[in-house]
Amino acid sequence: MNPSNTLSAKGLPIRNEASPAQGTMLFARIVRISMMVLIVALMVLPFLWMLSTSLKAQQYILQTPPQLIPNPLTFESYTGLAERIDLGRTFFNSLFVAVMGTLGQIVISSMSAYAFARLEWPGRNSVFVLYLMTMMIPAVVLVIPQFILVRTLGWMNTYSALIVPGLFSAFGTFLLRQSFLTLPKDFEEAALVDGANHLTIFWRIIMPLSLPALATLGVFSFMGYWNNYLYPLFVARQADVVTLPIALATLQAGPRALTEWNMVMAGSVITVLPILVAYLLAQRWFVSGAISSGIKG
Amino acid sequence: MSWNSGIHRWKWVAVFLLPGLIGLSLFILYPIISSFWLAFQDWNLLSAPEFVGLSNFQELMGDADFWQALGYTLTFIMLYVPAVFVLGLALALFLNQKVRGMLIVRAASFLPVVASWVVVSLIWKWIFNPSYGLVNFALGTLGVQGPAWLFEPQTAVYAMVITSIWKDVGYIALLYLGGLQNISESYYEAARIDGANRWRCLLHITLPLLTPTMFFVAITLLINYFQMFEQVWLMPMRDSAADRQVEVIVTEVVKNAFSYNRMGYASAMSWVLFVLIFAITFVQLRLQKRWVYYESE
Repeated sequence: MNPSNTLSAKGLPIRNEASPAQGTMLFARIVRISMMVLIVALMVLPFLWMLSTSLKAQQYILQTPPQLIPNPLTFESYTGLAERIDLGRTFFNSLFVAVMGTLGQIVISSMSAYAFARLEWPGRNSVFVLYLMTMMIPAVVLVIPQFILVRTLGWMNTYSALIVPGLFSAFGTFLLRQSFLTLPKDFEEAALVDGANHLTIFWRIIMPLSLPALATLGVFSFMGYWNNYLYPLFVARQADVVTLPIALATLQAGPRALTEWNMVMAGSVITVLPILVAYLLAQRWFVSGAISSGIKG
Repeated sequence: MSWNSGIHRWKWVAVFLLPGLIGLSLFILYPIISSFWLAFQDWNLLSAPEFVGLSNFQELMGDADFWQALGYTLTFIMLYVPAVFVLGLALALFLNQKVRGMLIVRAASFLPVVASWVVVSLIWKWIFNPSYGLVNFALGTLGVQGPAWLFEPQTAVYAMVITSIWKDVGYIALLYLGGLQNISESYYEAARIDGANRWRCLLHITLPLLTPTMFFVAITLLINYFQMFEQVWLMPMRDSAADRQVEVIVTEVVKNAFSYNRMGYASAMSWVLFVLIFAITFVQLRLQKRWVYYESE
């Protein structure tokens, strides 16, 4: 047993199961647990502060020292918010756009991915490289021409403008193709011999075997649509189609008028709560969805 | 027979690929081409576009606002990228310990990642409020007079960098965690038999084998932060010095396109951004040979 094992070169305590140095281990454990608490606090407290602010009346948010727990607790910022923007409609817009966009993207991407992964045709690789190349184009390059296209098509302030262009991002095709390629070909060869056509193979074999990849794409796509700001900001501003992030950002007052922070935070709660709850329920898919967004870059 | 099977083959390619390919051509490829074409036009959306050759790019070279925006973009990158690169790695190494409760810490670190940038910007704008915000209250209890944060350009940059780190550190840690879990346990066992302590394991096994992940993280960070938008668009206090001065490339593109209706000029600027991102990715791919260690080599 080497005593130098319990301390590193810099004198930092290190965990070492082989060493019975109880005091050092206890100290390391206390440090670790404090760090764990600190990290959770840093990550969660801003969200709790948002919630707390949203439950205060205007005069209580402008208090020093700040009131950490709302007293009296009031929902007046939420009712006030409902007078400023059509909450039900805006929430519905966000949900509708995100759900339709996600479903559409899954259908389009999985079908294209099937053509790239499971069908043999001349030029397949060249067309796939073309798909990959579009993924390198930054979003801001697309915003201006897509805005002009939406305008030409007469789609300004429509759900189509919010949903349709996003359906065709090559990323979904890329992600699902990678997943489809890993599936063994035995089943479908047997099925082809039995006279099944490609639609049957796609729907009955490939799709059920690819549920994890589909869930990853679904969560990635839903988060993208729900949180999107740059593109919808310029194609959908009218109240009947506006989504939550856009409506929320307009709540900030101008230079002289005081921003009603309790109302802004109430809007933030409504915007962020569904996605946080969904995340806590389906963490695994959020993690894989978010990681794959890095590949998109 | 072969003619018949050729038709048959193309029929299935058409069924699976065409919906996606037509959409991609109309909503992604056509916008990319038209944006490139626009970069050589002068167009205010009202009159007909006029071909102006390279003059948009020439104007860019002498545009003080553009250079200032590029300067701020680089400032953000220099402050944010090294910080989140290191903090993300530290967090990943911490989260990688197999102890009870760590899954909760991991889940908490990821909460800001799934929240929308709009919500995160607004929460931190409120936290950085000079009079009623938590940051200046905390500084006040330490006897420090907090700065005006989002009113002044320099402090606004710091506030936005801190916000960005909070939002992204969990995501970066997760990318590292993926790399950490790919490192085979057998290396550590061999090292332990040779009497290496944890510090040496970190230095001689973990970090070298993590360089491919680090490389991927570095590219992702740079690509994303050349395109930063929401925090800079939303966080500075309206009409303050920070609001007037702090611009990044994407906010400059958006302002030219949608406030000044200079579609051609804004498109030219967005293509300059693309070339910058492309060049940096290329240089990094070159440089990686110097420091990235692949196990197979």
